[in-house]
Amino acid sequence: MSDTFTKGMARNIYYGGSVFFLLLFAGLAMHTTREMPKSDHRENLTQAVVNGKAVWEDNNCIGCHTLIGEGAYYAPELGNVFYRRGGGDLDAFKGFMQGWMKIQPLGIPGRRQMPQFNLTEQQVNDLAEFLKFTAEIDVNSWPPNIEG
Amino acid sequence: MSTLKFQSQSVATPYFIFALILFTGQILFGLVMGLQYVVGDFLAGIIPFNVARMVHTNLLIVWLLFGFMGAAYFLVPEESETELYSPKLAILLFWVFAVAATLTVLGYLLVPYSRLAEITGNEYFPTMGREFLEQPTITKIGIVIVCLGFLFNIGMTMLRGRKTVINMVLLTGLIGLAVFFLFSFYNPSNIAMDKFYWWFVVHLWVEGVWELIMGAILAFILIKITGVDREIIEKWLYVIVAMALISGLLGTGHHFFWLATPEYWQWVGSVFSALEPLPFFAMVLYAFNMVNNRRREHPNKAATLWALGTAVMAFLGAGVWGFLHTLAPVNFYTHGTQITAAHAHMAFYGAYAMIVLTIISYAMPKLRGIGEASSKKAQVLEMWGFWLMTVAMVFITLFLTGAGVLQVWLQRLPEGGEALSFMETQDKLSIFYWAREATGVIFLIGLITYMCNFIVDRKVAK
Repeated sequence: MSDTFTKGMARNIYYGGSVFFLLLFAGLAMHTTREMPKSDHRENLTQAVVNGKAVWEDNNCIGCHTLIGEGAYYAPELGNVFYRRGGGDLDAFKGFMQGWMKIQPLGIPGRRQMPQFNLTEQQVNDLAEFLKFTAEIDVNSWPPNIEG
Repeated sequence: MSTLKFQSQSVATPYFIFALILFTGQILFGLVMGLQYVVGDFLAGIIPFNVARMVHTNLLIVWLLFGFMGAAYFLVPEESETELYSPKLAILLFWVFAVAATLTVLGYLLVPYSRLAEITGNEYFPTMGREFLEQPTITKIGIVIVCLGFLFNIGMTMLRGRKTVINMVLLTGLIGLAVFFLFSFYNPSNIAMDKFYWWFVVHLWVEGVWELIMGAILAFILIKITGVDREIIEKWLYVIVAMALISGLLGTGHHFFWLATPEYWQWVGSVFSALEPLPFFAMVLYAFNMVNNRRREHPNKAATLWALGTAVMAFLGAGVWGFLHTLAPVNFYTHGTQITAAHAHMAFYGAYAMIVLTIISYAMPKLRGIGEASSKKAQVLEMWGFWLMTVAMVFITLFLTGAGVLQVWLQRLPEGGEALSFMETQDKLSIFYWAREATGVIFLIGLITYMCNFIVDRKVAK
């Protein structure tokens, strides 16, 4: 770097540039927060969904699964499992979830094991409601297909 | 017999030692997980995968934090040309943090996670169960207290002494680290909002403020081992960290593609994250330039190797592997696949694990009273450790990339009816996972070799 580009100029780019882009980022984040009600369907946020999210978090489901692509990559994506396993029907999905959670761990030798979490029927229903809520968020058409 | 410029720098020692212990734990749990990928019922019921993963990633975060704090306690007094404000506070905070971290990890291992959530009262202030932020709320509060005490100590030291560019960049990085961690306490029940703000910790740490900390540590090491004029190094440092923040802040957008967010993020995120490799590329040029123009032959060859290595590996892992899947049309298919895992492994090792190992390599001989460098024999072992770990990580990344490409091919690209399911796909990838596990064992051998370098000079250190 030549002498015409001084340390003072470099410092101004660091502090000035950072503050400028931090403010720009904050502005965009605020705008996004305001726009999100249009696509996250928060009008569907019932007490059951709130309870279901707590069940999801208290059992660290994200430690194996992904949800809308984030989490661990050890077990299937659950952001769209409401459509994959329930066909978009809440009663069918609840029925599937009740059965599926009961038979864990499958105990097939060598296969990845889902632990038995001993959830109550109510907790499993809440979890199903939470996964339905998640599936209905408008996430710009991700994932590419039903397999997640 | 001490070779330290300032006595209080010695508080860095326990931080570095504990960081290396946690690092070893991280690798062991990584090997457990790697085996569970192919032998699904390995340790079933004793260490479920989600527990092993939580321990693996949380140990990573915590050992890097210990490393950063140790680095700051070592370099700030030297840069400020004054003793640390309060060495006692530094030692006290070390024990608080070490005990809290140990208890948290024991909690993960010994009781079911839901029980841990119950014991720590998660229902009253829920913050648990989100990736990387699994720590019980009380541990999170502990982290904040430790960070504040640490910042106070470092800040007061800087105020008393010389204010260098390295100090200022490090301080802005550390303040950013503390400020953005506060978003970990915000857990709205709307999952869309939760995920949006979750990135304020996760991305703005690793692709934002941590890069400032990394840049400052690297600049400090380069000044010490090359003897190049501080003015030149500091000008570079400003340019690099400016590029990192300018690209990294709006680069957060590449995580907002598939959330309930406006579509403009797909453009903003793609454009700015395409710029993110630039600061890392500049760092490679800078490190090699400084070492080539060095004015002295520093006896610590291992530290020089680490410094050059971290620049190259950070560029490959964070820069190149990040760019591979950062454009929205590509990310649509790769999001949440093994490609993400490949990038994460090389980026964390190259940028952050290696920068901490760099400062440890430079500081440890001085902290142990050996002198500017450890013995030739110890350095040879250390460099063997460097090459084994680094080459192993390159191959881990390549195998995971192979797995990811095949995963996209089988599971994501075909139309609904023809795509393989997740579990069927995973079966097809097992050859890559076996290769990754074998390479992971090589990494562990590298780590053991590296650790042995500390034993060689034990007598000298007495």
